[in-house]
Amino acid sequence: MVNLKINNIDVTVADDTTILNAAKEFNIKIPTLCYYPDLGIKSDCRICVVEIEGQKGLVTSCSTVCREGLVVKTSSPRVLNARKTITELILANHDANCTACPRNLNCELQSLANKLGIDVNRFESVYYPQPIDTSNPALVRNPNRCIKCGRCIDVCKTIQGVNVLEMMGRSHNMTISPAYGKPLNDLYCTFCGQCASVCPVGAITEKDDTDLVWKALHQPDMHVIVQVAPAIRVSLGEEIGLPAGNIVTGKIVSALKLLGFNEVFDTDFTADLTIMEEGTELIHRITNGGVLPMMTSCCPGWINFAEQHFPEILPNISSCKSPQQMFGALAKTYYAEKKGIDPKNLYVVSIMPCTAKKYEAKREEMQSNPNLYDVDSVLTTRELGKMIRQMGIDFASIEPTEFDNPFGITTGAAAIFGATGGVMEAALRTVYEVVNKKPLENLDFVGLRGLEGIKEATVSLGGQDVKVAVCHTLSNARILAEQVKNGTSPYAFIEVMCCPGGCIGGGGQPYGTITKTRSERIQAIYEVDKDMPIRKSHENPVIQALYKEYLEKPLGTKSHHLLHTKYKERKHK
Amino acid sequence: MIEMRLISKRCGVINPLSIDDYIKADGYKALQKALKTDTIKLIEEIHKSKLRGRGGAGFPVVTKVVALAKEINDVKYVICNADEGEPGNFKDRYLMENDPHQVIEGMLIVAYQTRATKGYIYIRGEYHHSHNTMQWALDEARKHNYLGENILNSGFDFDIEIRSGAGSYVCGEEFALIESIEGKPGRTRVKPPFPTTQGLFNKPTLINNVETFSNIPLIITIGGDQFAKIGTKSSTGTKLICLSGNIKNKGVFEVPFGVSIRDVIEKIGSGVENDRKLKMVQLGGACGPIIPDYMLDMLIDYDRFEEFESKTGAGAIIVIDDRFDIFDILTRVIRFFEHESCGKCTPCREGNQQLLKILERFQEHSATVKDLVSLESLARVMHQTSLCGLGQTAPTAIISTLRYFRDDYIDRLDSLEI
Repeated sequence: MVNLKINNIDVTVADDTTILNAAKEFNIKIPTLCYYPDLGIKSDCRICVVEIEGQKGLVTSCSTVCREGLVVKTSSPRVLNARKTITELILANHDANCTACPRNLNCELQSLANKLGIDVNRFESVYYPQPIDTSNPALVRNPNRCIKCGRCIDVCKTIQGVNVLEMMGRSHNMTISPAYGKPLNDLYCTFCGQCASVCPVGAITEKDDTDLVWKALHQPDMHVIVQVAPAIRVSLGEEIGLPAGNIVTGKIVSALKLLGFNEVFDTDFTADLTIMEEGTELIHRITNGGVLPMMTSCCPGWINFAEQHFPEILPNISSCKSPQQMFGALAKTYYAEKKGIDPKNLYVVSIMPCTAKKYEAKREEMQSNPNLYDVDSVLTTRELGKMIRQMGIDFASIEPTEFDNPFGITTGAAAIFGATGGVMEAALRTVYEVVNKKPLENLDFVGLRGLEGIKEATVSLGGQDVKVAVCHTLSNARILAEQVKNGTSPYAFIEVMCCPGGCIGGGGQPYGTITKTRSERIQAIYEVDKDMPIRKSHENPVIQALYKEYLEKPLGTKSHHLLHTKYKERKHK
Repeated sequence: MIEMRLISKRCGVINPLSIDDYIKADGYKALQKALKTDTIKLIEEIHKSKLRGRGGAGFPVVTKVVALAKEINDVKYVICNADEGEPGNFKDRYLMENDPHQVIEGMLIVAYQTRATKGYIYIRGEYHHSHNTMQWALDEARKHNYLGENILNSGFDFDIEIRSGAGSYVCGEEFALIESIEGKPGRTRVKPPFPTTQGLFNKPTLINNVETFSNIPLIITIGGDQFAKIGTKSSTGTKLICLSGNIKNKGVFEVPFGVSIRDVIEKIGSGVENDRKLKMVQLGGACGPIIPDYMLDMLIDYDRFEEFESKTGAGAIIVIDDRFDIFDILTRVIRFFEHESCGKCTPCREGNQQLLKILERFQEHSATVKDLVSLESLARVMHQTSLCGLGQTAPTAIISTLRYFRDDYIDRLDSLEI
């Protein structure tokens, strides 16, 4: 423990506590910009400076550890002037047309300027516009709004190990940019969107598709349906001001109905379907000497990563489409037929926690009808929040309603897809019972839950012990993929989710996601699972009926055509 | 005569390309002595000498030596910072090109004291001749078993390699230099950890300037106590001074600490060129303060220099006569930093261009009182909040002239209205 004085108050904090965290313990929130709780200390922005008695310069509180006897002032006139000056410097080189920015009223720079009371800027504007990167369907990089804090570089390099962003050039010409100033689409970017989720300003955002959806909703003769991913129900509340981990499933359905969607469905339904197909594929691979380990395919960021970095292991990846694309395929075929709607007049929207899903929907193989994408528009959690605010829906007060049928009856197994380990747990619930032909006593695979980077378990299948593994973040995926590539992987089945914590921590989730938020959302996901009357995918009666009525059997001809896909190596010049 | 040639005594006297010349002039004797001496005893000599870093910051050398010696690691580095990028400085080049083995000997002794395993000399990109001379000297030293395995049968292994940057000024900053050796763009890192715990390739690393290493053989030869008697109480030994600008006798001169700047200018430099009037003197280099004639009686001493809120030990004295406009000098200085900032931290990245904009208004006689206030405030904020020495010292010339040449600023105001 160390004793020091912060603003004339004697405080005692644990060893190695930074001044920033020490002040927070005593209810002083020192403003920051480049600092982000889950990332490394960069100390680039210099906003969090404080004064230490006896030292001539100011020190950054994010990087300075408390020492015995320090006398710290967090808001002396010298400190406040420095923070104000630095913020003015940033604003003088920033596209400060705030109302035209997607982060308006949800921007860390704007709120900092507001807190510091900046009304006029003493410095001349040195901002000149640079081209905006709109090269891909998922992410927009607007260098004009970049404040060069380096968070995006950090998350891409250290959390994801993808490393496509770098500081280029020097002095005021320094830009944060993909290598060689290329557009993101020409690089090994997986579109996971973690950069967008940590960006303090509007420099990297998802490609905004809300206008397309508004247009479709108001187009006569257009039947517009929507699917909601498992992770949205525990995070959308945050967009509306509720604390993390609030389960708002029924309210989402009501809000989407108010927005004008003809029918509101649950991606959980096709998550159950994924388990049927993927589980059967696993059993098939194990019993017929197929390529093992099998790796999951629900996560489009992971698929992009594998196609670009690990083409050798593509045969290991399950051929199942993701739940989003299974939904799209069924909607544009089975559902359209059943409803008697021309697929051309059917518009499928999905609400996803993810930016890579926007890319996935635009893959050319994702068309069950000629020249017609199965999923027309993908909105992130944040974009749905925007639409709800645009319409003025009082989200907190609306009454919950149920999802529509047929794609509304789902199980607990599907709900947990949103958390790291969830797909594996859901698959095991089904595979265990199908193979062992006896009921699973304990449905909760606790060892596969939680935020540890790589988790493993052993399951007895048909009298044989099978090792499985679960990982999240692409850095961890790289470790397991290397093993598979080298032939040293001890596992039969591996779940990969590209974002930290799984989809609940996706790149399209509400801003400010940190470890604590992730844990709260995960906890809520397991609550959803616990409260479901059915908790195993193969027991979903609508899934059973769908196979009977339309798909015949898992891995059958029809499901092979609609629900499975292929991967190809992607190399960049 | 106020010159005192101790570490430059061989410069211009011996053939720098001849190791035999160096050995005949008592070269490598300090190393031989060191190899037979207990390392604790050697470190004590450095401690007694009170030697401070000659690169500019004046950090006590023994602190770094002890820190590196304490680290337990299979790999420890010693780096010689020869990225002499500070405008007006050419002393490291002088030492490397005239007495390269002295630098090597100094590095070897420090490496032996600290049980370092590998050395690097990081030479400024533009210094081709220094690079070639040092490379020749390293090869010769290796041939004579002063480098390599089992040096002089002592059981001590050490070798040195040269690395070079692409000419970026900031690579003289220790962490930017380390990043550059690692093959990355020259940008500094957050401290702590300091290089002695996590430096080059994340291994413990000691970095000193060429002149600092050149002092080590002398200290071992004459002893730390004897060394400490030279110079002043707070600044021991001698200092190489780079005298340039509008002065008759330009060049590198070695003087003991404690002589006055005026003596250096008048007695060594023989006064201002063409007998013009001296207007100002910039000390240390572009990052140093600019002072008027009436301050020249100040002694060359680390502690005295710190009064300028700037660390100014690099050793340049740039004399500027009365033909020059202070704002022409300042815009040139700030343009230099605006070009050389790495762009990593906000105050330096954005601040230098804003300083320049305001200074240009002073240059054009169109500045306002607001400009004066903004300039002063911004210069101080940059000095107090920048991440590395570059941004911290870039505004030193402004801060010092605002103090000593304030009338020049007031004269340039467009109007005195607020």
